[in-house]
Amino acid sequence: MISRPDRAGGFDQAGAGDLAVASTGLTKRFGRGARATLAVDAIDLAVPRGAVYGFLGPNGSGKTTTIRMLLGLVRPTAGAHHLLGAPMPERAGEVLPRVGALVEGPGFHPYLSGRDNLRRLAAADRTVDPRRAGAQVASALARVGLSAAAGKRYRAYSLGMRQRLALAATLLRPRELLVLDEPTNGLDPQGTREVRALITALARDGATVLLSTHLLAEVAQICTHVGVMHQGRLVAQSSLAELRGAARRRARVVTDRPADAARVLRGLGLSEVAAGGQGAHGVLNGVAPEQVVAALVHSGVPVREFTVSEPDLEDLFVALTGEGFDVSG
Amino acid sequence: MSAVDRAPARPSRWPSGRLLRSELRLIFGRRRNQAGLAVLAAIPLVIAVSVRLGDPASGQGPEFFASITDNGFFVALAALTISLPLFLPLAVATIAGDAIAGEANVGSLRYLLVAPVHRARLLLVKYAAVAIFALAATGLVALVGLVSGLALFGGGPVTLLSGLAVSLPEGLLRLLGVCLYLWAGLCALGAVGLFISTLTEQPIGATIATVIVTVASFVLGSIPQLDWLHPYLLTQWWMSFSDLLRAPVYLPDLRTGLLTAAAYVVIFWSAAWARFAGRDITS
Repeated sequence: MISRPDRAGGFDQAGAGDLAVASTGLTKRFGRGARATLAVDAIDLAVPRGAVYGFLGPNGSGKTTTIRMLLGLVRPTAGAHHLLGAPMPERAGEVLPRVGALVEGPGFHPYLSGRDNLRRLAAADRTVDPRRAGAQVASALARVGLSAAAGKRYRAYSLGMRQRLALAATLLRPRELLVLDEPTNGLDPQGTREVRALITALARDGATVLLSTHLLAEVAQICTHVGVMHQGRLVAQSSLAELRGAARRRARVVTDRPADAARVLRGLGLSEVAAGGQGAHGVLNGVAPEQVVAALVHSGVPVREFTVSEPDLEDLFVALTGEGFDVSG
Repeated sequence: MSAVDRAPARPSRWPSGRLLRSELRLIFGRRRNQAGLAVLAAIPLVIAVSVRLGDPASGQGPEFFASITDNGFFVALAALTISLPLFLPLAVATIAGDAIAGEANVGSLRYLLVAPVHRARLLLVKYAAVAIFALAATGLVALVGLVSGLALFGGGPVTLLSGLAVSLPEGLLRLLGVCLYLWAGLCALGAVGLFISTLTEQPIGATIATVIVTVASFVLGSIPQLDWLHPYLLTQWWMSFSDLLRAPVYLPDLRTGLLTAAAYVVIFWSAAWARFAGRDITS
């Protein structure tokens, strides 16, 4: 079932070592007194190692503030968190080189070339071997398709190229965890496909990916786990398989003997069975569709059409968050 | 490149200076800064050429001007004197104001910090780069002044302010001393600029505020009724560099000037650290 994270802290039970990202009661309040706003409200994130975790939520739901806290840019008001098993921010110097991050869009020096911007970041990371820095920069640029534009000044880059450069920065050295905030922002459909393929490839190589997005399609395509943010709270967190399993798949049969069909469906254990003029339908409750068809045929019910409605993620998320995903909060 | 290369990410123990080199490339490679340095270099050239072409009987002019026709060496000192109230502080304020606010403004600050660069290391590297730039700017004015002066007016024994003449090599040594003394004052200004730069995401604003601090300090220093305040002002002791051109060198004011500069560096560096260490980076 979809777990509603409990305050007691999910990651203690799972063991922080198995989790690439784990937080307990992570909270951020901006401002003081009456004008204080609660941006992130006691969230317990649990991102298993090797997962592609879709961090989903409408704009303004606290995703970016959470990511900034995870990376040590913003100091939490309360709570604690671990990255790759190490407490943050105490061990940031040791952990962050193993983490590639794209935070709230690209941010580079406009009058430096793409290559020089990456060289600067390579020089900043003391774990990068200076003798190999040039090769690593070139390989990161090649991986995002920016080799041809590497010598151009950043100010001349299009929005898509800037986004690619920010992605290249996350690939400057081998990473165990990638934190990507809206990585396909500003990309054209071709670029979006490439970036999703890149993320899938990185995950296949063993990296854990925390992917913040407001696009349901992105989660459905590439994620294995999902956490849903709404108004600063983590309202749901589970694997995508569990989420799909929890969704109520409905079977619908079109026949000229609706009453007989409904009886067969009930007999198989389907719930909410109803018969109409065209046929019958019911909630599968884990019964295999082929078993239903076989039972119908066996009982002599002529099946003209049989459909199973796949769970609609959007309906689920709307139910969880109480509003549509394009609504800015 | 494999994403699961679990090679331990152990930072090298010693500062390698790579980030500082990158910082210096950023500063000296930027056209705006190159233009600023060109303006600084033009000051001694304008002085040398205008004195050469001008009417020798047209009066005294600012300090050291009268000595230029006798010895080109004094072009360097005249240029430093003229650059000191505005041009050199403006140059240093531009770089110092840019230090943190500039990175925050273009969004690269968050990427440097997650690279990761420890905040203390970033502040240290930024300040070192500001100090190196200040030295380069001061040295540039002196060097261009010296070369153009010697080329247009020739050299020779240097007559000090106290009337005594010393050899040109000793004069050059004293000029080096002047540059280092002014550098100390500009480093103090750089610390003020670094602090202001941690307060904002607008580099131009930080630069203007730093220049205002300098100008206000000069203005307050010129109001006699505020003489109780004068010893504490940032710029109060800058002009004492001419004490290096006496025989023997008059030390008390120079010593106070250096101590004042050191106090400014310590205070504003600490303020910058206090502000930057715990700040939420939301840029």
